[in-house]
Amino acid sequence: MDPVLLKEGIYWVGAVDWDMRYFHGPVFGTHRGTTYNSYLIVDEKITLVDTVYTPFAGEMLERIRKIVDPSRIDYIVINHVEVDHSGALPEVMKLAPQAKIFCSAKGKAGLLKHYYGDWDYQVVETGTTLSLGKRSLSFIEAPMLHWPDSMFTYLPEEALLMPNDAFGQHLASAFRFDDQVDNRIIMEEAARYYANILYPLSRLVLKKLEEVKAMNIPIAMIAPSHGVIWRQNPGQIIEAYQRWASGEWFPKAVVVYDTMWGSTAAMARAIVEGIVSEDVDTRLFKISVRDINSIITELLEARLLVVGSPTINRGYLSVLSPFLDDLAGLKPVNRLGAAFGSYGWSKGAVKAIEAKLEAAGLTLAGEGLEILWVPDSGELESCREWGRALARKVKAEL
Amino acid sequence: MEKWECEVCGYIYDPAEGDSSAGIKPGTPFEELPDDWVCPDCGVGKEEFTKLD
Repeated sequence: MDPVLLKEGIYWVGAVDWDMRYFHGPVFGTHRGTTYNSYLIVDEKITLVDTVYTPFAGEMLERIRKIVDPSRIDYIVINHVEVDHSGALPEVMKLAPQAKIFCSAKGKAGLLKHYYGDWDYQVVETGTTLSLGKRSLSFIEAPMLHWPDSMFTYLPEEALLMPNDAFGQHLASAFRFDDQVDNRIIMEEAARYYANILYPLSRLVLKKLEEVKAMNIPIAMIAPSHGVIWRQNPGQIIEAYQRWASGEWFPKAVVVYDTMWGSTAAMARAIVEGIVSEDVDTRLFKISVRDINSIITELLEARLLVVGSPTINRGYLSVLSPFLDDLAGLKPVNRLGAAFGSYGWSKGAVKAIEAKLEAAGLTLAGEGLEILWVPDSGELESCREWGRALARKVKAEL
Repeated sequence: MEKWECEVCGYIYDPAEGDSSAGIKPGTPFEELPDDWVCPDCGVGKEEFTKLD
């Protein structure tokens, strides 16, 4: 694949990773692969904005070579230290040891502790500007979006924002721009990215959106470090971030459960029937056969999360733990929760699930529902009624 | 003097220690930190801190 032109003298020189299936170790399933986007700006100063994941260093350098000799690179901007963006830096520095590296203070500390390179660093802050010749760069620090070192780079002459991980998607594709890829898939992956990475930082996302809005800078193109470049409709992803970060919701429920001998499964199905009978859209997930990241993504829209497990050893089935732990870390914004399950002699699952839901910041929508051994038809009806009551609570807020 | 915790990363500001990385002397209460002081671990602002009981 050749370099791709964004604007005159500005090129995508990154890499497409069709095979990447797990990110951040095993916790984030990237079922559509990803891209590592780095950008080369050819001006009086040859500037590289971000690099790629280490195994793709050669591929990036090949793309750069089609434009300029990499040894001529003057400036390297590192918006974010994480290896999927800085991993190729040591290879670039071997070819261009004179290059000056621009990054945040935390970025410098992070790069030193990753690569131990005796390189020429220049720390930048929000408002720092850098002339490249005809064009320039300015920087916006974005701590914890999503690491302490994170920052955005802006090229005012083209109204081009390079916000690194913000507005990105894990999506390998043949083409680089939003108008060349199915929009539904782009938005699905942008949502999955937001829900599984940025969700707990939503308050900071809102503040950063406000801050950038107050800067009154035009944004004609957003070139993130993963996925497609937003050139046709950059407003679409900004509006989506605003919505996701502020906890907007639809009348929709997510029911997550697992079961030992089928009682909690029967309850789950009856509860779903009850919720749906109130015209509240619902998704049912048996956790042991489903993808946690997809469930978390559903919560970007769903107002209500219902979790069920039979009681075992006075608690819930351990197969629910990774999901509930993830939930506690990701802290969905402005969501309701409820718990249910069957039991034999002692109870415990419902209470333990409720504690986890509250730890994740959810508000309990009602009392938990517990049924002894195997539900009879009357008890299944009470499951339906329990579901209907939850759905009415959701609808009452519309 | 109360300790304050960064809700984003869990860093605890202890007035008895101050924050030498930002030139904040020991004995400085949280309320007297400058407005542009940020969490030394993760970089977010004072408004992300909550008082510890």
